[in-house]
Amino acid sequence: MTLARFVSKNAFRNKRRSVLTVLSIAFSLLLLTLMMTIWRAFYLDEGSAESAQRLVVRHRVSLTFSLPAYYREKIRSLPGVVAVVPVSWFGGIYKDQKPENFFAQFGTDPEEFFKVFRDVAIPADQVTAWQRDRQGVIVDDTLANKYGWKLGDRIILQGTIYPVNPELNIRGIFHAVPDDKSVYFNAKYVEEAVPWFKGKAGTFSILAASPADVSKVSSAIDDMFRNSPQPTKAESEKAFGLEFVAMMGNVKAFILSICMAVVFAILLVSANTMAMSIRERTREVAVLKTLGFTRQTVLGLFIGEAMALALAGGLIGTAFGYLLVYALTHSPQFFSFFNMKVTLGIWLSAMVASGFVGFLSAFIPSYHASQVNIVDGLRHIG
Amino acid sequence: MAIPLSYNIRNLRLRKGLTIMTALGIALTVTTAIFIMALLAGLKRAFVTSGDSQNVLVLRKGSEAELSGGFDAANFPVLKNLPGIAKDSHGEPMASGEWVVVIVLPRKDGTGEVNVTVRGMMPDGLELRPKVKLVEGRWFTPGQREVVVSESIHKRFSNANVGDTLAFGKGPWQVVGVFDAGGSAYDSEIWGDVNQMATDFDRQGGFSSAYLRAADPVSAQSLKNRVGDDQRLKLEGMLETEYYAKQTSSGAPIRIIGWIVAVIMAIGSSFAAMNTMYAAVAYRGREIATLRVIGFSKPSILTSFVLESLLLSLLGALVGIVLMLPFNGMTTGTSNAVTFSEIVFSLRMTMPVVITAVAFALIMGLFGGIAPAWHAARRDIIAALRD
Repeated sequence: MTLARFVSKNAFRNKRRSVLTVLSIAFSLLLLTLMMTIWRAFYLDEGSAESAQRLVVRHRVSLTFSLPAYYREKIRSLPGVVAVVPVSWFGGIYKDQKPENFFAQFGTDPEEFFKVFRDVAIPADQVTAWQRDRQGVIVDDTLANKYGWKLGDRIILQGTIYPVNPELNIRGIFHAVPDDKSVYFNAKYVEEAVPWFKGKAGTFSILAASPADVSKVSSAIDDMFRNSPQPTKAESEKAFGLEFVAMMGNVKAFILSICMAVVFAILLVSANTMAMSIRERTREVAVLKTLGFTRQTVLGLFIGEAMALALAGGLIGTAFGYLLVYALTHSPQFFSFFNMKVTLGIWLSAMVASGFVGFLSAFIPSYHASQVNIVDGLRHIG
Repeated sequence: MAIPLSYNIRNLRLRKGLTIMTALGIALTVTTAIFIMALLAGLKRAFVTSGDSQNVLVLRKGSEAELSGGFDAANFPVLKNLPGIAKDSHGEPMASGEWVVVIVLPRKDGTGEVNVTVRGMMPDGLELRPKVKLVEGRWFTPGQREVVVSESIHKRFSNANVGDTLAFGKGPWQVVGVFDAGGSAYDSEIWGDVNQMATDFDRQGGFSSAYLRAADPVSAQSLKNRVGDDQRLKLEGMLETEYYAKQTSSGAPIRIIGWIVAVIMAIGSSFAAMNTMYAAVAYRGREIATLRVIGFSKPSILTSFVLESLLLSLLGALVGIVLMLPFNGMTTGTSNAVTFSEIVFSLRMTMPVVITAVAFALIMGLFGGIAPAWHAARRDIIAALRD
C-alpha cells in the first residue's frame, strides 16, 4: 500500500463525515469563486482589445447633463482620434415598468456607429438597412431571443426623460461580447420630436488609434473644454463602467470581507473535521509509530488527508461556481458592462486557497497526534 | 418523558472545541446575513421617512423621477392656485417650484467621486418640509449664492463646513448652514435658491418638479388627483410618500447579491453543523442506548438531539449578533437607482433584523440536526450497548 493510497483510504474512512465536510467546503469555495469572478471582472479585466481602445466623454458635472453636439467635430480633429459617435441614454419603458422588462436604449448616429464599435458583429446588409431607415433600430441578439424579435418587427418605447414615444423598426440584430443587451436607434428621431434636445448628445464614444493613445486623447479632450460652459470628463470605457460600480458603495470592502468570512469558515469546518478524525485515531498513530513510521511521516499523512478533503471540496465548489457564473451571465435578466468569466487564474487561486486551508486546519491537531508517546497512545481509549 | 435540556447543555460544554468551532461557523453566516439585512433596513428607512403624507409632488406626465421631469414655469401659477393647498406663513398657498440637479463631489477620504443631489427651492420649500431641522448656521437667503448642506454631506465631503465655499455650476457657493433630515433621503442633498440654481445650470423658465402641501393627508389625495385631471397642465401628481416608496428598489442589487451569499454560506454551515451532530451521536452511542433502556422513548431522543443542534445554532446566532453590534449605526452610501445620485443611510440592526437572523440560524440548526437525531433515535439498543 502506497502512502497516497493510505491517505485516500483514510480520507474517506468515515464516508458520511467526509462527504459532509467536502460539501461544506465546496459551498464556501463556490462563493469564493463567485466573489473572485466579480472582482476580476471589475478591477482586473482590461476588457477586449477593442474596448481598451475606446473612450467615453460625458459632461463633467454628471451623466444627467448633455453635451453640445458640435463637440463631436472638435473631438474628431484631435490627434489620435479615429472615430467619434454620440451615444445618448434614452431611458424609455418597453411594455411596462417591470424591472425584468428594462433594457438600455440609446440614440446614436448609424453612419459612424460601427466605425467606433468595430467588435460588434452584424451582417453588412442589416447595417445599410438601419442607416436607410430613420425609424430603424438594431437590437442585441440576447434581447431579440428574449422577446422573440425578428427583422422588420416594430417596437414602441415610451419616453420618460424625453416626451416622445419612438416607434422603431428592427433593422438589425447584432452580437456583442460580453452581452450588450441594449438597442440603438437614430438619435435624429428624438431630436426632431424634442426641440430642447436638438443639437445635444448624452455622451460621445471615441475610438482611439491605439490603446496607448487613450490617456493622451482623454486629457486632450478635457483640456480643450475645461473653461467652456460644458466641461467634459473623458475616460476609458472601462473606467466609465467602474464609476457605476463605485456608485453602489464600497464594493471592494464588501467583496473582500465576504471572501475573508468564507475562507475563515472553511478553515473552521476543515479544522473541526480533522480534529475529530485525528482524535479517534490516537491508537492507530501509536501503532504506526511502533511499526517504524517517523513523526514526519505521520504528520504528512494527516496533512495529506486534510488537503485531499479540502481539494476535493475545492474542485466541486469551483465547478459549481463555473456553472453558476455561466447560468447568471446567460440569463436574460442579467445586465453588466463587465465580462464575468471564471478564468484559469481564478480556478487556480481557489484551489490554492482550499489546499492552504486544508494544510493549516490539519497542522495543529496532527502535530499533537504525532507527538504522542507511543505507550500513552496505545493505552488511549477513543 | 422528555430528556432535560441541561443534558444537552452539559454535552455541548463537554466538547468545547467542537462546539465553539461549529458555533463560530454559524456565527459567520449569521453575521453576513445581519449585515445585509441591516443595510436594507437602513436603506428602507431612508426612503420611508423621506416622504411627508401631506406633500404632493408634481412631475411632467410620463416622467418617473424629479431628474427626468421638467416642465414650463408657466404651469406653476396654475398649480399654486389649485384648491386644497395649505396656506404658508404669509397667507399664500404653500407651494415650491424646484430644480434638481446631480453634481459630482470628491469624497473626503479620497475614495473617488460621488454624485450628489442639489435641490433649488422656493422659500416655501423649507416650510413644507417641517421635519427637516437646522443644526448649524442659518437657512440660505433667496437671491443669494448660498447653500445649506445636510449633516452627512457636511461630514463626508471637504469644503462642506459653514463658511466654506463649494464650487459647482458657474462658480462658488457659500455654505451658510447644516441641516438634519432625520435619516431621510434629503440627508444626501444640498439645498439652495431655485432661481440661482436654474441660472447656474441654464435651466431658467422651467422646474423639474413642484411640491404642494395639502392641509391634511386626506385632502392630499384629492389634491393629487386634481393635478392629474387638470387638462391645462399635462402634469402628474403623486404623494411624496409614494414617490419615495418606489425608490426603495435601489436596494435590489444589494438584496439579490446579499441573499445569494447568505444562502450559500448557510448551506455550507448546515453541513458543518450536521457533521458535528453526527459526531455527537456517534460518540454517545452507548449513552443513547442506556437512555433508551432506562425508558426514554425514541421521540424524546429525537427531540433531544434536535434541541441540541438548535442550541448550537442559537449560540452561533448570539455570537454573530455580538460580532455585528459594533457596525450598528455605521453610515454608508449607495446609488439611488431613481435619482442617479448617492443616498446615505446607516446600518440598522432593528428587532425584525435580529429576529430574522435568529430564525435563519435556527433553520440551519434544524437542517443540520434532524438527520443525525433521526439516526440516533433509530439505532438498535443491543448493538449500541455492545459498541
